[in-house]
Amino acid sequence: MNLTLRIWRQPGADAPGEMVTYEVDGISPDMSFLEMLDTLNERLTARGEEPVAFDHDCREGICGACGMVINGRAHGPERTTACQLHMRHFADGDTVDIEPWRAAAFPVVRDLVVDRSALDRVVGAGGYITAPTGSAPEAHATAVPKPAADAAFAHAECIGCGACVAACPNGSAMLFTSAKVNHLGALPQGAPERESRVLGMVEQMDAEGFGGCTLAGECATACPKGIPMPSIAAMNREYLRAAARR
Amino acid sequence: MPECFPTFVAMATATRTPPSPTTPQTAPGTTPRTTPPRRPRRGGLLRTLWGSTIGKKAVMAVSGLVMLAYLVAHMLGNLKVFFGPDDMNGYAHWLRTLGEPVLHHGWFLWVVRVVLLTAVVLHGVCAWQLSRRDLAARPVGYRHRRHRASYATRTMRWGGIILALFLVWHLLDLTTGTVNPRGQAGHPYENIVAGFGTWYTNVIYCVAMLAVGLHVQHGFWGAAQTLGVTRPGLARLCKGGSTVLAVVLTAGFLSVPLGVMTGLVE
Repeated sequence: MNLTLRIWRQPGADAPGEMVTYEVDGISPDMSFLEMLDTLNERLTARGEEPVAFDHDCREGICGACGMVINGRAHGPERTTACQLHMRHFADGDTVDIEPWRAAAFPVVRDLVVDRSALDRVVGAGGYITAPTGSAPEAHATAVPKPAADAAFAHAECIGCGACVAACPNGSAMLFTSAKVNHLGALPQGAPERESRVLGMVEQMDAEGFGGCTLAGECATACPKGIPMPSIAAMNREYLRAAARR
Repeated sequence: MPECFPTFVAMATATRTPPSPTTPQTAPGTTPRTTPPRRPRRGGLLRTLWGSTIGKKAVMAVSGLVMLAYLVAHMLGNLKVFFGPDDMNGYAHWLRTLGEPVLHHGWFLWVVRVVLLTAVVLHGVCAWQLSRRDLAARPVGYRHRRHRASYATRTMRWGGIILALFLVWHLLDLTTGTVNPRGQAGHPYENIVAGFGTWYTNVIYCVAMLAVGLHVQHGFWGAAQTLGVTRPGLARLCKGGSTVLAVVLTAGFLSVPLGVMTGLVE
């Protein structure tokens, strides 16, 4: 396959950036999107040019490190992570636009790499269970009903990639935060801190400069892990409940 | 310490109360070492809500629902115009006598106006502040643009501005009568017929009523989600209900200018 890539190149956080066009040929349809970028980078390096910087780690869709906006869609045309997106979803001769996540809370570090530590700080504001760590507790010590376990697991699937923020027209982190809030809120272990958790995480989310939710639904469409829209309504309910009990 | 016991002993004693010396004891008034320091939280419910994006959306949802309830009553009242001048003007007069003798003449309407004004101001201020925040959250846009979300969702902000401007015109037209060609107090039927006899009034009202429909279509379902409707059955009802409400409201409101234009009302 031959492709025309238009990639956002930005040498540093404060440097101006621009879309740069690259022609790549000999791309196999079985390559992942990141392998296609590796191929481009190999050739750029051989030519003595700076390779395109992008985040990646596990390359099996479970770590949340990779993330780029491909043709205006977070993680590209398929509902998966960029590392699990294969080139067979593109046609020979396509022009592909590749841009970093765009949000005030995600400053660009370089090229396609953005700083997503704002999400870590949101988790740090209550997205955990305060318990003495040490050896794992006995699994049957706390009984968890099956529906609650399923609901918690569905939300625990969030890998924190930030696609929801990138896709949202308001750069909002509501879907991410709701996944964390609902994950722990569904479990008996998370119940004692449910009020302080949702109040703290939402406060931090707002403080990081993420936008508000206008229920456009773009986040849930982009989420590679399928965190659903009702997750946001559930967090709204949890927040209003906690605010009333404050 | 229980961690030092062999596993089978720990499992055997798991349901028993651990002996008190092994429980970490904390002096009264001090925080256990394992708990991270909490930020002090002040202020009540209103301060919390006004200070957060979710809270401001909740304010918008409640104020929007208040206005929506009024719109439904307003639309139903408008249909009186199809029963002739006596019915319409009698209804308008009755609205002023409503609540008597507890309320003075016309006070009911003033109570409604104060409530509505509060709702409009709260809705508008929250929308303005949240919109500014939303726009600031995406300082650099994507080069590869594509249509996102539904038309109703994308037009909420401009639709809201159109509705605010329309509200001013509407009050000047049929409440104060300033811009109405007839503008005679106590004769709404005649004022309506005179108003919708002009092309510009018809254009303004038709555009505004379509904007109302779009705004309600996203707004009602949005309000339900903002206020935390999660039960699947109720959520489906609210989602379908928002479209039904939007269509019924738009059709009901448009029927008056269309009735005058077609000569059904004269």
